[in-house]
Parts: sequence; structure tokens; C-alpha cells
Amino acid sequence: MSTLTDDEVTESESLPPTKRQRQAARLAEHASIGVRALLVKILLLGIVDAIAVWALFILVMKEQWVIGAIVLVVTLLANWIYFSPGKLPAKYLTPGVIFLVVFQIFVIVYTGYIGFTNYSTGHNSDKEQAVSALISSAQERVPDSPTYGVTVVENLEGLGVLVTDPDGDVSVGKPDSPLEPVRNATMDGGKAVAADGYTSLSFQQILTRQNEISSLSVPFSDDPNDGSLRTPDGQTGYLYTSSLVYDQAADTMTDTATGTVYTDQGTGAFTSADGEEMLPGWRINVGFDNFTRAFSEESIRDPLVNVIIWTIVFALISVASTFFLGLFLAIVFNDMRMKGRKFYRVLMILPYAFPAFLSALVWSGMLSESFGFVNQVVLGGAEIPWLTDPFLAKVSILMVNLWLGFPYMFLVCTGALQSIPDDVLEAAKMDGAKPWAIFRLIKLPLLLVSLAPLLISSFAFNFNNFNLIYMLTGGGPRDPLAGVNVGATDILISMVYKVAFTGQARDYGLASAFSIIIFIIVATISIIAFRRTKMLEELN
Amino acid sequence: MSDSTTTRAHAGTASSPRALKMAPDLPRRPFDLRRWFFATGWRHIVGVIMVLYSVFPLLYVLSASLNPRGTLTGSNQLFSAIGLDAYARLLNDPDQPFAAWFGNTLLIAGVTAVCSVFLGALAAYSFSRMRFKGRRMGLMSVVLVQMFPQLLAVVAIFMVMSTISDIFPAIGLNTHIGLIMVYLGGALGVNTYLMYGFFNTVPTDIDEAAKIDGASHARIFFTIILRLVAPILAVVALLSFISTTNEFVVASILLIDPEKQTLAVGLYKLVSNPNYADWSAFSAGAVLAALPVMALFLFLQKYIVGGLTAGAVK
Repeated sequence: MSTLTDDEVTESESLPPTKRQRQAARLAEHASIGVRALLVKILLLGIVDAIAVWALFILVMKEQWVIGAIVLVVTLLANWIYFSPGKLPAKYLTPGVIFLVVFQIFVIVYTGYIGFTNYSTGHNSDKEQAVSALISSAQERVPDSPTYGVTVVENLEGLGVLVTDPDGDVSVGKPDSPLEPVRNATMDGGKAVAADGYTSLSFQQILTRQNEISSLSVPFSDDPNDGSLRTPDGQTGYLYTSSLVYDQAADTMTDTATGTVYTDQGTGAFTSADGEEMLPGWRINVGFDNFTRAFSEESIRDPLVNVIIWTIVFALISVASTFFLGLFLAIVFNDMRMKGRKFYRVLMILPYAFPAFLSALVWSGMLSESFGFVNQVVLGGAEIPWLTDPFLAKVSILMVNLWLGFPYMFLVCTGALQSIPDDVLEAAKMDGAKPWAIFRLIKLPLLLVSLAPLLISSFAFNFNNFNLIYMLTGGGPRDPLAGVNVGATDILISMVYKVAFTGQARDYGLASAFSIIIFIIVATISIIAFRRTKMLEELN
Repeated sequence: MSDSTTTRAHAGTASSPRALKMAPDLPRRPFDLRRWFFATGWRHIVGVIMVLYSVFPLLYVLSASLNPRGTLTGSNQLFSAIGLDAYARLLNDPDQPFAAWFGNTLLIAGVTAVCSVFLGALAAYSFSRMRFKGRRMGLMSVVLVQMFPQLLAVVAIFMVMSTISDIFPAIGLNTHIGLIMVYLGGALGVNTYLMYGFFNTVPTDIDEAAKIDGASHARIFFTIILRLVAPILAVVALLSFISTTNEFVVASILLIDPEKQTLAVGLYKLVSNPNYADWSAFSAGAVLAALPVMALFLFLQKYIVGGLTAGAVK
């Protein structure tokens, strides 16, 4: 049906319209646009443009030129598309494509970029920020330094301090802007208590925001080596200087306590002569480092290879087991003589209707070693480590995925079975084929032809079935020898998540490199699979 | 009645109902248990076993949610004690804003479903009804891009969103709009492909007739096509709603405050270690979270099965 209609369209369109036809179409198009539709269109575009102008204003204020240029170009393009006649396909495609490009295509490309950097917990900003972070982290109060009178003030940008130094000069500063002299400050007993443009905090407010205030650190000048002013109690301030000194000309960091000199050796962190790195460092491009690390460092390579094998095994067994159970049930319940088929069917698809993340969590409770239902009640108190033994955990995952996945296969197999024409089967029976031969030689091949795309997409889905793994075993039991946070049941995608977002050391660069490796594997598998099923040829 | 008896009688020789029409006048045979068992009886045994396997974990959750005691061990005796304490505990604990999670999930999944159906339908309409340069390519790339799930680019998504929140905090990290925007990146894709197939089954004569009557393309799309394809829109919306409800990774990274999180993130944290968690409260949450989805699913079952065979996956 669908191809028929489509062919008709293609045929009628294969003759290019004449000039008069095109003109007539355009005239009809214009004549048919109602005033109301036009108003709605103008209103919607007006809203979009207003938001874009507002966004551009903020972007220019924040000096984000690249993003600003992109927003400008996209907005102009959208206006051009919707206000010019014709360009019908673009009018319908643009909204979806914008989201697709930003949140699907761009992020994939960006993942590729991150995979080539050392972006991680210790390397998450640029060099300038790393220098100031290092210096402020090593700050200590200067012994016998003078006491400054301090009033904590606030404006729209956040907290700051109003400082009266021992000579009586008043200045104001914020964590990101050094102290500057202030005139016309209101004085009270030799201490400035208010200044224009700022609201002074009351004693009560100081008490409630104590944590914020005690971490407040305002630099004395633009040179980070001058130290900064801190106020532990919100009333008085002291000079804090760092035991680290940054020498801009030589590009070195010196620890004044030990005298060690750390230099920038191009590895993204200040490094001492004997190889000791100071963290935080900064982001640099490391080329193929993450990839070579993934494949040459034994503590990463071995778990990675295990994870790749398990991912493929897991996806294959999951698809095969759910498919065969589903197919078996479809055949069993596809018998007209059986009563109550509907009743069985509804109850059997309940696992499919139950949200998948909840199922995995419920099973993780039921399979718990010492308290779970399976061990306590079904097996009468046996303490079988379903989720904590490397092998049993894998078995459990496959069993739970069978529970989750067979209803889907049951449904699609039933549909496919019923669509096999009866006369084909009857002809086979006439020729004397036995039921098993009919199934193996006729039904199964016919089923596989129509279900192959579904099986492939099911494989691809299980290949990235994060929820099941993460909610059921958390990827565990953990492999103690591995150099990354990875366990026996981790599949690639849960490994990426754990390397990037859990634990103390978050290695975004390595995780992105893993992502790219998955891209390559999935792309290879799907290209091969698609070549075989020729599914893409149906896209005319 | 007589039809089914004849069916049974012929079970040994003719397994297809069509075959027995050839000899309708055979005398009734008495009920034969053995014969019945080999024809359909064993199927009921399979059915009962499978129903137990399917339903049992769900019954377990229901029973645990009604159990006033909170522990995992206490939940092992099915329906031994019945009370709504766990529900009350769940809804009143300020550390676990369950009502907020529920609302957030409904909001995020609902808006995502509606918007992605709309965006997908716009694209499917143009692919199905218009002929333009790059149409084949476009359709193909929409399907292929989906091969790389957003899940894989989660690090980059996090970076992009944190850059956005430096500039526009209202749509960046820890906002529902930001999360919905990320989900809408997948609005074109399998959904569009499903809808494209369905759009093709609507005869183009209808469009032409409307065109002759002077309707604009927008009018044709909004007032004619969208109504004719309503069933597939409902199926795609439901599938999108369910998959957004299930989504954990992106939501867990982008939503930071507990009151802003979704059910998947919140309930996961509630029982990240089932041995020590308040298992009854979690079960109560699971029942509450699953009931609307399951009701909707069973209600629309017929349509979903049709949609599934056209290509969706779980």
C-alpha cells in the first residue's frame, strides 16, 4: 500500500512542471493563505526574533562572539525561509533539524574533540584559571599581618567586601575583581559600613550565610602573588598569601616552603624536575593519547577488551533468548482452538508495560544475596551471590533481560506469524511436509525476513542497554585490578558513564575516547547488517 | 459450540480449522482428556508457567508496597500485612520529594512527547508529500544518525549544557527546559520514519482535492493530514512518553537539585542499595509511577502492537 502511493507520487512528479504550471501553483498558494494564518505566522516569527535579539544582547555583553554569530545566522536563515515564497520542504524540516544539529550531530562531533583532550577532574579549565586556583588553594594567613575592618556587602553580582585598612583608607572588592578605593563611604567609628551601589549585610544575614562568607577571598591586586583578603567572621579581615609563587616571565610555579620549582612541560600541569605534577592543571590537546592509553596500558586494555566481548555477548544472547522464547510462545498461543488466549496475552505483556528502570531495580532487590526473595523464599534460604559473583551476575542480567524482553518479541512474532499466508503452508502440507519441516524451512525464513530489521534494532538497543546494567548490578562486581572504575557486568556504555561521572577521578577525555570506539563498533556492525537486510533500499 | 467440538475431534488429523470444513458430518466423539491435552491442554500449562514468571515480580512489588515494615526481608512474605504506611511515608518525607519527581516526569515526558511528535510529523509530511533535492539523503541520514544514541555523547552534552548555563542560566544545567531541548535532539529519527510510512498510506488525492478547493499547504497539513494520521501520532507520542520516563543518564547528569529530578533518577537514589533502603517506600513509588503508564499501555495495546511491528524497540 505504502509503496504504491509513493510510486504514484514519484511518477507524477517525474515530469517537471511547465512554467505556467509553476506560476499557477504559486498564485494558488498565495491566494489561499488566509489573513489569520498570516498573522499567526508573523506572531510566531516575531516571538522567535524577539528571543533571538534578547539572546544576542546577552551574548554580546558576555563577549561570546562565536555563539553570537551562530545565533544571528540561524535567526536570519529562519526568517528568510519562512518569509520567502516556496522553500516548502525547508519550512517543514527546519524546526526539527535545528534540534537535531545542535543536540545530536554537534554533540557527537564535540565528543570526538573531547576524546583528544586530557579533560578530567584535574584538568578542567584553562591555564590562567589553574594558576589562580593553585595559588588560592595554598593560601595561608600571613603571621602578624595587620587587621582590616570589614563589612560584607552585596550587589547584583554577588557578595563582596568593604575594607577599611589600618590607615583609614576605604576600598571595595569582589572575588573576581581586586580591591579598588571607594569615596563617599558611610563611616561608623573608623570603619566603613556602607557604600553607594552596595547593600550591607546585617549581623543576622552574616550568621545565616557564614559558609559563603568564610570562603570569600578578594585579591589585593591583579597580581595573584600579592595575596588576598579573607574574613573568617565577617567583621575583620586578614591578609592571606600563598606559599606558591607564579613567575609569569619564566612560566614557573615555585613552592616557597620547599623551594621546588615546577615548570610547564606541555603536559597540562606544572611539573617538577622529578616528575611530580601539581593539580589542578589545565586542558590541552593530547592527540591520540587517550586511544593509545585505552589499548596499550594493561590496566585499561584488559578490562576494555573484556567489556567489549561481554557487550557483544550480552546483546547477542539477549536478542536470541528473547526472540526464541517470544517465537515459541507466539506459536503456542497462535492456535485457534485454545481458549483464553487473550487473557494469557495481556498478563504476559505486563513486564513490557512496566517501566524498565523500575523492573531492574525490583529485580535487584529480589536477587539480593542475603535478604532477597529468590534466595530466601524460592530457594529456601540459600545464600547464592546472584549479583556479586562475576559469572552469576552475568547470568542474572541475561535472565532479567529475558523477563523484560520476551513480551516484545512475543508481540511482534505473533504479528508476523499471522501475516504468513495460509495457502503457502497448505501447499507445503499437500506436498507432504512434516510440521517441523514447515516450521524450519518455510515459517522461520519468512519470519526472519520480516523481523530482521527489528532484531537488528533490538541488538543495537541492547548494545546500549544502560538502564538494565546500571540499575541491576551497577556494573559490578568491581574488578579490583582494573585501572578504571569497571566491573564484570559493565557494558561499554555503562563504562563510559562510570569513567566520566562517578568516583573521585572523572576522566572525560578517556570516556569520550571510549565513546568514539563504541561509535566505530556500532557503525561497523550496523553497516554490515544493513547491507545484508537491504533495509535502506526501501527508503525511496 | 459445535464448531469447537469438531475442532477437538479432528485435532489428531487436521490441525487447521479450514481442513475440517471438508467433513462436517462426522458424529461427535466423547470428550477425550488425552486428546485434549495434546491439542491444547499443554498450551495452558505453558501459559500458566509464563504468566507466573511474568506477573510474579509485579505482585511482589505490590505486596511490598502494602507492607508497613520497610525492609527487604520484611517484604518476602507476600501480602502478610496490608497497610498504606509506605505510601504515606513516601509522600511525606521531605528528603524524597516524590510528588515533585512525579510532576517533573509527567511534565518533561509530556512536553517532550508532544513536541517531538509535532517536529517529527512536520518532517514526515515534507518527506512524504514533497519531492526535493536531498530528500533520499535526508531520510537516510535521519535514520542513520539514530544509530549513535545521545547516550554516547553524554560527556559532550554535559559540556554544552554547562556552557549554556554560564550564558543563559534559565535553559542550562538543572532546568527542565534544557533537558527537554536535549531530548528534542532525537525528535527526528525512528519516529519520523514510522510516521513517514503511515503518511504514505494516506492517498494524495485528498491533498489534491483540497488544493483545488484553495487550501494552502499549512491548512492541508494542520486540518486534514494531522487528523487522518492521528492513530500513529498517538502511538509515537506514547512510545516517546514511555522512553522519556525511562531515561536515566541524561536526566541524572543535567538535573542536580532533588526537587528538579525525575522519577528514574529519584527512585534509583532511593534504593541504590536495596539491602539498606526503605524497600516498601520504593515499592510504593514504583507502583504509583508504573500504574498510569501501564494503564495507558494496556488501553492502547492494540495500536501499540501495530506501531511496534513497524519498527520500534524496547
